[in-house]
Formats: sequence, structure tokens, C-alpha cells
Amino acid sequence: MAKRYDAIIIGGGHNGLVTAAYLARAGKSVLALERRPRVGGAAVTEEIFPGFKFTMFSYVVSLLRPEIIRDLDLPRHGLHILPLESTVTPMENGNYLAAWADHDETRRELYRHSPRDAEAYDEYGHLMHFMARAVKPILSMVPPDPTSFAPGDLFALLKLGKHFRGLGAERLHALVKLMTMSSADFLDEWFETDVLKATKSASGIIGTFLGPRSPGTAYVLLHHYMGELDGVFRAWGFAKGGTGAVSEAIASAARSFGAEIRCDAGVSKVLVTNGKATGVVLENGDELAAATVVSSLDPRRTFLQLLEAGDLPDDFVSDIKRFKFRGSSGKVNIALDSLPTFTCMPDGGPGGRLHRGAVSISPSLEYVERAYDDAKYGEFSRRPYMDIVFPSMIDPGMAPPGKHVMSIFVQYAPYKLNGGWTDAKREAFGDAVVNTVESFAPGFKSKILHRQVITPLDIERITGLSEGNIFAGELALHQLFFLRPAAGWAKFATPVRAYYQCGSGTHPGGGIMGASGRLAAMRILKDGT
Amino acid sequence: MSLRTTPFHPRTGPLSEGQAWRRWAGYVVASSYELSHEREYHAIRNSAALFDVSPLYKYLITGKDAARLLDHVVTRNVRKAKVGQVLYTPWCDNEGKQIDDGTVSVLNEQTYRMTSADPTLRWLHLNASGLEVRIEDVSETTAAVSLQGPSSRAILQLAAEQDLSALKYFRLTPAVIRGIPVTISRTGYTGDRGYEVWVDAAQAVPLWDALIETGTPYGITPAGMLALDVARIEAGLLLIEVDYFSSRHALIEAQKSTPYELGLGWTVATDKERYNGQAALEAERLRGPSWQFTGLKVDWDSLEFLYAQMGLPPRLPSQAWRTSVPVYANGRSGRQVGYATSGGWSPLLKQYMALVHLESQFAKPGTELLMEITVEHQRKSARALVTPLPFFNPERKRA
Repeated sequence: MAKRYDAIIIGGGHNGLVTAAYLARAGKSVLALERRPRVGGAAVTEEIFPGFKFTMFSYVVSLLRPEIIRDLDLPRHGLHILPLESTVTPMENGNYLAAWADHDETRRELYRHSPRDAEAYDEYGHLMHFMARAVKPILSMVPPDPTSFAPGDLFALLKLGKHFRGLGAERLHALVKLMTMSSADFLDEWFETDVLKATKSASGIIGTFLGPRSPGTAYVLLHHYMGELDGVFRAWGFAKGGTGAVSEAIASAARSFGAEIRCDAGVSKVLVTNGKATGVVLENGDELAAATVVSSLDPRRTFLQLLEAGDLPDDFVSDIKRFKFRGSSGKVNIALDSLPTFTCMPDGGPGGRLHRGAVSISPSLEYVERAYDDAKYGEFSRRPYMDIVFPSMIDPGMAPPGKHVMSIFVQYAPYKLNGGWTDAKREAFGDAVVNTVESFAPGFKSKILHRQVITPLDIERITGLSEGNIFAGELALHQLFFLRPAAGWAKFATPVRAYYQCGSGTHPGGGIMGASGRLAAMRILKDGT
Repeated sequence: MSLRTTPFHPRTGPLSEGQAWRRWAGYVVASSYELSHEREYHAIRNSAALFDVSPLYKYLITGKDAARLLDHVVTRNVRKAKVGQVLYTPWCDNEGKQIDDGTVSVLNEQTYRMTSADPTLRWLHLNASGLEVRIEDVSETTAAVSLQGPSSRAILQLAAEQDLSALKYFRLTPAVIRGIPVTISRTGYTGDRGYEVWVDAAQAVPLWDALIETGTPYGITPAGMLALDVARIEAGLLLIEVDYFSSRHALIEAQKSTPYELGLGWTVATDKERYNGQAALEAERLRGPSWQFTGLKVDWDSLEFLYAQMGLPPRLPSQAWRTSVPVYANGRSGRQVGYATSGGWSPLLKQYMALVHLESQFAKPGTELLMEITVEHQRKSARALVTPLPFFNPERKRA
């Protein structure tokens, strides 16, 4: 073996790159290894159809931590996060529900559906603001282990406990409800407008194999309120150049701090000697040595694939084996000759703003729950929940002038489809998506120049994410905080000394936050390599 | 409206969703067209924003001695400037105190256009005695739009008949857009790739239409002063009456500044004949200015802490502010060592930034200072770091 690195990072997804950048910034010699020809993992932009660029898998930037943007000077490396202004939900009766950027406009819109809900909406927002603040410290905190007696854990728990007591009874109750109820039930307590509840609850099921009536989904509603606490003002944004541009910016920052990034360099095995990681073996057989090895892959691959069975304690192995992935979503990317016209808003709204925001296909709670019913029994949704954006309307550079790209996030498309995914099933799934959009936007099909359908199996095959779960492990409550990915091992360390985890499969979990990558780097630096 | 509207108003007027207008040199221009300026701001950095900048004061200076006059007035070397060049420059009184800042464009050997923030006709005349020169106020007859952003070049290139690929930063060229004669200068107030298009006021509306039609597939977005204000702070560009006072309006000496004190030392030519303020500026150059104009980044953790003490999440200004805010030394003395004059949140950089005047000894990049922040009616101080300007300087600006 030639050079011995301070740290080798396995996987060039955004979290792996964030860890690499922070470690390099601290003066460590760092090598990041990516199996694919380009960095990004699930956050890549590719020109699949000439002139049309697609964010292949992930599509919006949720909560990319502002401190990461500042610390790594990402705008200088090309990062620009653009606001996604609005959400319009077309209804099956030709009406619609819109949430606009302006508060008064949104209020008036909601009033059209229910004067009562229009008022409740503000109160709900006020409460959610407090809830988000209650939960927020957890995001930037290394999760304490409640069963540990280590002073650090005790202190952190004490701080959290104090923090929660400070909320007062009413808010504490709301927090418990949020952590336990289904999003539909939680929203039932607030609103009467079905389409409003459907659209809000739909955001609570993204990346899970749960329906809006499944307990525990209410928690995810909070994520939407988290962003505004960070001076982001909007929780959701779109990165100029697509999510691949986020990865490229982080990679560029990492390189500027001296990190080495190698693509086409898949890792087949982590070398472990006497319970301590010492390096990696590449798929081509090369061995590379490092004082610390960090995996940004999901927990299944981090532990069950890259290590030998004997490297880990049995109970830990069975915990990881139980860790749920259950990819449940697909993606349809479409190149468009022109923008589709939605029946509910033929003129595209004032200033054509419909297409500048998200279009949510969640016309009723029943619609979304029925979409889940299909998946529960092993089928893709015949009429799925969809979150549609037109990236070329936000960043015109995504398509040739005057043409457009359309990104459709689709749920549900179960990884474990009855009879398994085949090319024919993939196309049938694509047809279901296109037909559903067509029902809300007649003439849509005739505008399609090219379509790419991505199933969970495709996500797994291309990015490696187990079972195609975009969050590298289901974002269910029993897999969050100190339980992510396994009790006792949520703090980025692993049972193997000098082997760390930094991906979305660790606290605080998925989305393009980069938080786990940053926290892992902090932990590694604190432990000293 | 009793104030004047610009030649573009037939188009900009109906675009205003919230009737939010700002006064500028006796005209009204849009603060923002949409209810929030957010999207207009992002257009500057993401695609292309179209600003109506017609209220600028504009003078046409012609004749054998045109260059001589301007060279005598401004601090930069006008006689060295080539045809097609645009100079950004301040001008000073005889004590070297800054009167105004603007641009001087060399249209041809004997024709110059000067823009200014304040009326400058009288000052030019006062300096022109004995010179063979004609000074014409073309403020009302010349309209101007500014097209700023990464896609600005692509749009203008499609709209204009001339090849613009060779048009360098701070250069201009005559051009024709849909049969309309215009002057295109690669200038702006955003620190991004951008152009300004100068046109006869009578042709303003067809020019606007041509640009909007050509630019729509590229995301062209009419934008107002609120968006511009954020971008110009990111770019570290100062604004008269906000970041400094004209020496002609100052009531006391302390309100006046020299170009050296405003970070404009680079605009003071040392290789030219006598000009207004020369002796004083030369002395200041040798002595070094006692004040400096620079950037300040407010530390996020510190800001968050101040609000957390009150049980609040950090509040950020939703618009750029333009008030004077004290800045203190971060030491035992805690003495005031300067003041911020503009500030705001950069949505791009995720950074709370301010433009500050600091005593020179505290102006070194990296110096830790304290900036006053009012939290829940109480005066607090947040840690802040002296940062060289500009905060944001993309390569595309010059490329």
C-alpha cells in the first residue's frame, strides 16, 4: 500500500462529500470514493435527452443546512438555491387549492374553501412553528443515547428534557400527538377542507411505506416548518442546475480544501484488523489504507456488505437486518415541448405562477389513502400521489429555450412489486403516471418529447440505495434519532473502531440536508484520527 | 401621480401587483413588481432581471475639450480612456471630499456621456469656463434599462443585430435592437454579468417589448429596487445618501468622505493633470485614510444566541436596510469604532451582511467586531467579522 490517508470516505453522495469537505477543511488528508462515473449519489443531474437536464432521483432541496452553505462557501462553488413559490392541488371536480407565496393571497384562497380553515391555518402555522422549534435542536445535536450513563449523554438528555418541559403542557401534548398520530388524524383536528388535509398529509408520507392514515406520519408535517427557523424562509427549494449542482458544489468545495475525489472507484470491502478499520479494497482489487474509514452508504451496505460477518456483534447485525428500507416511490422525468394546461387553472394563474411552483396530485385524503392501498398489496398505485415541478420554469437552463422539463415524484411504487419489476411493469407504471396527469391536464400526453421512468429497483440498481429508498432507510419514527440506524449506534461511530457512518441512514436522516455528513465529520474530528 | 413616471411606465405600470413604488430623482420606479421581491432578486443571480434605470441623471458632453473637462472633474483618467470604454468614477470638491459617483462613457473622441445620482449640470458648467465644450442634459430624453444576470448576454445577443461576444466588462457598443438604435454598455449595479441599454425615450416601450419577448424563454424577470438593493450590497457597491453623503449636502465636516475612505482609492488616478481635489487626495494617499469602507458578516451563532435568550428564533431583515447602525470593538473597551450604513440577508450566501465604515485600524479582514442588533426592543451586540468586499463576485461578471 502506498499513501495512507487520514480518512477514506466511501460514497460520493452529498453526505459523503460534506464529510469529506469538513474533514479536509480541518486539515486531514481525505479521499472520497465514488462507484459511479460522477459524484452525487442520488443527487445527480443528467442530460438524459439532448438539451434537457433532469435531476434524476431527488428533485427538491429540502433543508440543506445553511451553516453548511456558509462553512463550505458553497455559493462560490456554484450553489444557488431558488425558492419554490407555491403549491397548487388540482381537484377532481375541476376546482383547485393553492398555497401561494403571499400570506394574504393564500388566506383568501383558503377562505374560498372554508372561512373557518382560513383562520385555523394561521393558528396551525403558529403552533407548528413552536413544534418545529422544539424539535429543531435535535437536528443539530448528536443524538444522546437514553440508556447511556455517560456524562455527555446524560447532559444532552437533561438539556432535551428541560427543553421539552419548557414548552408548557399544551404544546407538549401537541408534540406527543405529532409523534404518535397519523397525519390525517392530526389534520382532522384542525381543518375541514379535505383537499387541504390531503395535500398537507401527502408531505408526511414521502419516503415512507405508510399512508396518510398510518400512525406516526404526523411528525413529518413538521419538516415544512423547520426551514424558516434558519432564515431560509422557505423549507423547499430547487437548486440551480438541479440537485446534481448541489453535489458538484460540495465536491468543488471539498477539493478546494484539498480532498481527493475519485470516481469509478467502487469499494468492495472495508479492511478490518483486530476490530479496527484500516482501509478499503476497491472493486478492481486495489487496497487503500486509512486511519479512519467513513461510509456514507445506507446501513445495510455499510455493515452487511462492506464488512465480514465476524466483524460485528450478532445483536447489532440483527438490528441492521431489521432496519427497514421499503422503497416506495418512483420518479418520472419528462421532456416537454410546451407546458401542460391544467383544467383547474387554464391560464396558469396570475403571471403564470402555477408552473413555477409545485403541483400536487393529492385531490382528496381518500385518493392518497387508496394510492397506498394498492401499494400495501404489492401493486403500484393506479392513480398515485404525485409531486410535480417544472425545473425549467425555475432555472431556464434545464431545458432548451422555450422547452421544459417536468419532474414527477411518484408514490407509491413498492420495491417489492408483486411478480417483481420488469421492463413491461416499468412502462405500465409510467403509463399510470402519465394517464393520471392527463386526467388533470388534458393534452399533456401530446406535449411529451421524451419520458424516463425510474422505479425503486432502478434507484437501487443505479445509486445502490437499498430497496431504492431515497432516504437511505425509511423515515419512520422507530428509525429516527437515537434509533437511526440502531439503538446505541446512532452517533456515527460503529462497533468497528475507526469505522464511521455519515449517510442519510444516520441521524437526522434523509433529504438533502447534509446534516448527518456534517455531524459525522464533527464526531470524527472530536474523536481524533 | 404628481411625480414623473419613466418612459417605460406604460409597460411597468400594469406589472405592479402591489402598487409599491419608490421615488428616485423625481420619478417613481417599482420597488417590486410582485408582492415580494424574492423572485426578482433570484432572477439577478439565476437568469436575468430587467430594471428601469431611466431616472439616472445623464449628460452629453461634446466638443474638442470634452475629455479635458471631464478629466478635470472626475478622479479617474478620462483622457487615457479609449472610445467604447466606460469608467466608473467618483468626483470631488477641492478638498478631495466626494460629491457624487457615476459613470463616464466614451461614445467617440469628442462625445462623452456622464451619469450621476445627483443633478450635475451646474457643476459641469462651473468647471467648463474657457473650454470648448457643449454640455447637454439628456436625462429626460434618454431612457435606460439594465439587464442583469447570467442569461443577460444570451438574451441581448438574440435581440441585437451586432455581435456582443467581444463586448468586455465596462465597454460599450452602438447596436440595433429590432430596428431601434441603442447603446449597449456592459455595466450595472449588481456585481453580476449584466448590461445597460441606452435608448431614445421615444423608443423605450418598443425596446422593452423586444427584450421581454426575446428574454421570456430565458427567464427574463422585470425587477424593482428592493431586489437591486440586496444585489448591490452583495456586490459591495455603495449608494449616495445611504452609504455616504455628498460633500455638497453635508452640514458638518464629519459627514464628508474621500474616495479613499469609501474604498474607491483605485479610482483616484495618480498619472493625470490637475483635477478637483487633487492636492488633498494626494496628501491622503500618502497619509492613508483614517476611515475605510468594507464588509461585515454577522456571525450566525451569535445572532441565534441573542434571540434564543429572548426565547425567539433569529429574525432576519426581509429587505435590505439602510439605516446607520453602530459597530463596536470586541474588546474590553467596547468602544464604537464604526457604523454600518446598509445591510441585509443574502438569500444566496445565507449570510447576514452589512456595509460598514470603520476606523482604519479595525478594518483589517478577519477582525472580530460587534454590531448592534435590536432584539425585542433591546439593544444587543452580535459578533461580526470584517470581510473584504464584494461578498459575492462571480467569474461570469467579467468573463
